[in-house]
Amino acid sequence: MSSADAADVFHLDGHDVPFVTGETVLAATSRAGRYIPHLCWHPEFAPHGSCRVCTVRVGARLVPACTLPATTGLVVESDTDELLHLRKRLLQLLFVEGNHFCPSCEKSGDCQLQATAYAMGMTGPHFEEFYPARPVDASHPEILLDLNRCILCSLCVRASREVDGKSVFALGGHGIDTHLLIDSPSGRLVDTDFAPTDRAASICPVGVILPKRRGFAVPIGERRFDRQPISATEEGDP
Amino acid sequence: MNPSASRKLPDGRRKLRLATTSLAGCFGCHMSFLDIDERLLTLIERVDFDRSPFTDFKQIGHCDIGLVEGGLCSVENVQVLREFRAHCRTLVAVGACAINGGLPAQRNHLDLGQILAEVYRDRPGLAPGSAVPSDPELPLLLNRVHPIHEVVQVDYFLPGCPPSADAIWSFLNDLMDGRTPHLGHGLIRYD
Repeated sequence: MSSADAADVFHLDGHDVPFVTGETVLAATSRAGRYIPHLCWHPEFAPHGSCRVCTVRVGARLVPACTLPATTGLVVESDTDELLHLRKRLLQLLFVEGNHFCPSCEKSGDCQLQATAYAMGMTGPHFEEFYPARPVDASHPEILLDLNRCILCSLCVRASREVDGKSVFALGGHGIDTHLLIDSPSGRLVDTDFAPTDRAASICPVGVILPKRRGFAVPIGERRFDRQPISATEEGDP
Repeated sequence: MNPSASRKLPDGRRKLRLATTSLAGCFGCHMSFLDIDERLLTLIERVDFDRSPFTDFKQIGHCDIGLVEGGLCSVENVQVLREFRAHCRTLVAVGACAINGGLPAQRNHLDLGQILAEVYRDRPGLAPGSAVPSDPELPLLLNRVHPIHEVVQVDYFLPGCPPSADAIWSFLNDLMDGRTPHLGHGLIRYD
């Protein structure tokens, strides 16, 4: 590494984090093995900047780390009581806007929403539950779509478009009415060319896109985030 | 036993009074409570049980801690919850159903009248003349199941379905020792 490269560091909670030109604060942090909570960001995809869970403080500004370009000498605060509290509130909003019944969800223990809420110390929802009426799409022979758990991270949208070249998914509507769309004349998954081998089939951070006829292959209590907190796990798929 | 007597510990501290109830729950949280096993003997040196399925007291007295399992699916649940809130200095929502409605709340997007008719009157295999129960002693059902914090102020949430015995024990020890309860990794669970 040249001396010019060695100067390319920013400061995260008092630690030096190296970065390469063009990298975001979250990407460099993740590559350095440090943890900033996030949901809609994934190292394989361009940032979406929508969930705001990765919000950090830079001076007087609160900005999402996933869209913030790293610059030399930048001073970033992430692990503070203030940000922990704000992230917890964001997570509580996500929980009450959907129907997140963890005990009956096959994704429990492998769910990034749940694991991030554990890490933020979220014990209750704080807000009133919306209990929205959302359909389950069981039309596909091999994949179940339970939209009750969708947090609108758009990772399936990006994976289907950018990796699979299919654009099976899209986000439609506005504000609180934003929802996941299936791009087929019927609006059902069975009428798309979606396949279980698609990247979009394995990218969902919560329990929306699930393979059928597979349950409890790994017992509750022994799953990825049961074994260790999300802050200590590798980025990406288990 | 006088349920409202205030008793002292050998070190001079007052023995705490603890009440528990199960509203729209399955008693799984209470079973998990019993799973603290021999630690119950340590617990009863520190607390006296007030109204609880463990004592079968029907009325609640003034308590330090109230543990509420289950959400609200009937007017009776709401009444019991309000009595607990009025009598407990610290009220705790225990388990998934008390915290977000849990499994009973999965009926919330369905029409209550249609559910009752489907289950008790129209389902195949029922005896002739089957009807929706309407005994006046049955508490009226709420249109939607609610978590308890939507009706009363809740001081702490103890999540899990059920919370593990270790989580319950850790939580109670924090409360009894005057600490803000904290559940670390492995004890904070929603499933």
